[in-house]
Amino acid sequence: MSIPSPPRAWREQKYRYRLVGVKCTRCGLTYYPPVVVCTKCKSTELTTIELPRKGVLLSYTIIHYPPVEFKEYAPYAVGLIKLEDGTEVIAQLTDIDFNELRPGIKVEAVFRCLKTQGEEGIIEYGMKFRRALEE
Amino acid sequence: MRPSRDVYILGYGAYIPIFRIRSENIGRVWGRSKEKLPIPEKAVAGPDEDSTTMAYEAAKYALNRALVEPEDIGALFIGTESPPYAVKPVATTVAEALGLKPDILAIDMEFACKAGTTAMICIMGLVASNMMKCGIAIGVDTAQSRPSDELEYTTGCGASAIVLGCDYNDPIARIEAVHSFVTDTPDFWRREGAYYPSHAHRFTGKPAYFRHIIAAGRALMKELGLKPSDFDYVVFHQPNIKFPQRVARALGFDYEKLKPGLVVPYIGNTYAASSLIGLCSVLDRAEPGERIMLVSFGSGAGSDAISIVVEEGVRKRRNYAPLVHKLIEHSKYIDYPTYIKYRRKIRMK
Amino acid sequence: MIGMRRVAVIGVGFTKVGEHWNSSLRDLYAQAVLRAVSDADLELRDIQAMFIGNMSSGYLQAQEHLGSLLATHLGIQGIAAVKIEAACGSGGAAFHQAVLAVASGYYDFVIAGGIEKMTDVRTEYLTSALIMADDQEFVASTGVTFPGLNALIYRLYMEKYNVRQEDIAQFPVHEHFYAQFVEHAQYRYPITLEQVLESTIVADPIRLLECSPISDGAAAVVLCPLDIAMKRRKEGIVEVIGSALSTDAISLNEREDPTTFIATVKAAKRAYRMAKIEPRDVDVVEVHDAYSILGIINLEDLGFAEKGKGVRLVKEGEIARDGRIPTNLSGGLKARGHPVGATGIYQVAEIVKQLRGDFGKNQVDDAEIGLAQSIGGVGGTVIVNILKRIR
Repeated sequence: MSIPSPPRAWREQKYRYRLVGVKCTRCGLTYYPPVVVCTKCKSTELTTIELPRKGVLLSYTIIHYPPVEFKEYAPYAVGLIKLEDGTEVIAQLTDIDFNELRPGIKVEAVFRCLKTQGEEGIIEYGMKFRRALEE
Repeated sequence: MRPSRDVYILGYGAYIPIFRIRSENIGRVWGRSKEKLPIPEKAVAGPDEDSTTMAYEAAKYALNRALVEPEDIGALFIGTESPPYAVKPVATTVAEALGLKPDILAIDMEFACKAGTTAMICIMGLVASNMMKCGIAIGVDTAQSRPSDELEYTTGCGASAIVLGCDYNDPIARIEAVHSFVTDTPDFWRREGAYYPSHAHRFTGKPAYFRHIIAAGRALMKELGLKPSDFDYVVFHQPNIKFPQRVARALGFDYEKLKPGLVVPYIGNTYAASSLIGLCSVLDRAEPGERIMLVSFGSGAGSDAISIVVEEGVRKRRNYAPLVHKLIEHSKYIDYPTYIKYRRKIRMK
Repeated sequence: MIGMRRVAVIGVGFTKVGEHWNSSLRDLYAQAVLRAVSDADLELRDIQAMFIGNMSSGYLQAQEHLGSLLATHLGIQGIAAVKIEAACGSGGAAFHQAVLAVASGYYDFVIAGGIEKMTDVRTEYLTSALIMADDQEFVASTGVTFPGLNALIYRLYMEKYNVRQEDIAQFPVHEHFYAQFVEHAQYRYPITLEQVLESTIVADPIRLLECSPISDGAAAVVLCPLDIAMKRRKEGIVEVIGSALSTDAISLNEREDPTTFIATVKAAKRAYRMAKIEPRDVDVVEVHDAYSILGIINLEDLGFAEKGKGVRLVKEGEIARDGRIPTNLSGGLKARGHPVGATGIYQVAEIVKQLRGDFGKNQVDDAEIGLAQSIGGVGGTVIVNILKRIR
């Protein structure tokens, strides 16, 4: 586990609070996490974008042996998700029974507690994904 | 109290967590029979939820309905008695997550279950005085309840957000007037450092809940020169099913006017969100021109009474976010062990 | 030919892999080096440089600066010694650096070592240590674990190629069988497929007996120019004919197809080209099977089977000692064990012993060319080293 660090969590807020990535203005590829140079066309002209909040589950697993700071939450599911614009992200799945997990289900981002920096440390928030509510 | 300019509800949103526990599962552990349960079931925040996350979701829905520019939002006030930090405001995290500009007035406020409506009244003053174009008031709680106590059957989790402003087209509703009434009444409290709250049993009834709601409600109607028959709906703070029904009768309102806003049988007492979620439930179905009486109650104690007239905009805008009954239906039942795990009542150290 | 000179391995040494409660990080490392130097018929003072593979000494032992620490512990401070880190591929990467050091003509006698001391802490700290192989801010923060990431791949693989878990889970069964005859292996008993499939779920669908264990261990090999080796040894001379290191996107979500490790494909291609061989020329192989699914994927990515058909090699006995491509006869990461930073060196040492004809019951007949594959993270780094018996 990383050493409890408020400055680090604060820097990461931008990406975690609003699912922010970058898009190459030349070839259109999107990246999450953000990179500085486009892998495909090597351009450095990358703009910050807010990624779509909805997507589809590609793969998933259920974690039974968590790292230190996630112990109280186990077991929990983690998924590989393809967002509506093609960007893929890894994220925890929430509000879901394990028997609902299936590649292909529609999921949407929600704002949740990711972890804390210890009992007296700060709370880190970010995006998890739940099954998309029906329209 | 009337603002010098018309203040409108531009957006409203409710958030109810997915988990539910049936009271009979609680009663079974503590030896209370099914007949003696104050409500059938209540909503429970998941292990990764807290007042901040729920406030965000409610505000998002409210903003979906409000159609305001994020740059126009000048204030975010959170009313809660269960913030995740004793010191560090929920409001700033919610504001950042929503993408609001940093040039806003933000604060958390506490007055038990009336903190949300009080936040609303504060925002009213800020927009009516032209200090900002619009603001968001949120009532949210994940209040804790002592195992085996009365309140363990009813203490639920939820959030509701209201966007208020002046000078906007097609608003959802107009706030006619408000009246607030407070006294030092020790009916329910939690000392600093205590994990569970305490209450004074039957003392929480007549001298607390009923006295303040009736006083505020009557004063508001007197100021407006209105009678219960002038209102189409009435929404109260909902600690259980009986109290709102009784206070409705005491004020002269029929059950039919109470029912649309009565959400406690499905989600329990969501504290600072309670009367506001009730209001959302009413706005989900109210027609333009109808009048709503909203009276909250916060222990310690006080009530905010608010008179609201529904406008044309409600018909279109209410569909821009999930209706309360949809959120109520979107549910998963958990058992008592899971409930106390999620609500952190199990001693891990 | 790799550089200006041809490179040979003239000595190997390692500790048993397992739980060494009585030995510290430096104790284990010293043991391995002393054995390797002795096997090379050299003195410690002959050594000019040392590249030490290790992943987590900082987090688990609060110890960095292994170059200076371990040189001092061996009484050879003054030499060029440095830690090389590439997550669980640190050993393979250290070997690659050592090869470059000798091939360039800069150093003559170089040690490539690896050491990991994992058993001093509770499991959840190891779980935290291993996920440091992936992106901390964007992936570790989700609570996913290293087995969890491999589980995501496992599920994608099964779906894409229509392969069952029962077939993939045969890989650890194969490895445990051979580990019975490997003195330094952590687990020297056979296991059955039923036992694998019924073992505890670690990260669905990965079961406990599909996971490499938590291990302490150290290994070291001595490298020198081939012509020096030929003068010093009469037989058992092994040359490094290919060594390549490739990286790939560190996280799965940044890859087009997580069921292939592009880094393996690239490193293998480069190493084969350097060595002027094809996959079918390889006689014995040690692949990096941190989890059963990787054993299968590695065989494919290294060119021994088509994508999606790796399990056939297992089913049809092709990876057995007398099969077409004998694989992980050391027991692999699963049964020989996986002291993460050291594993890459263990693999090279085991291949060297195979090529020398010194692998006991698991000896592959007439093994001439051997390949060792070491992986960092979930394929973020892959090192492929190819060795050949010269005499």
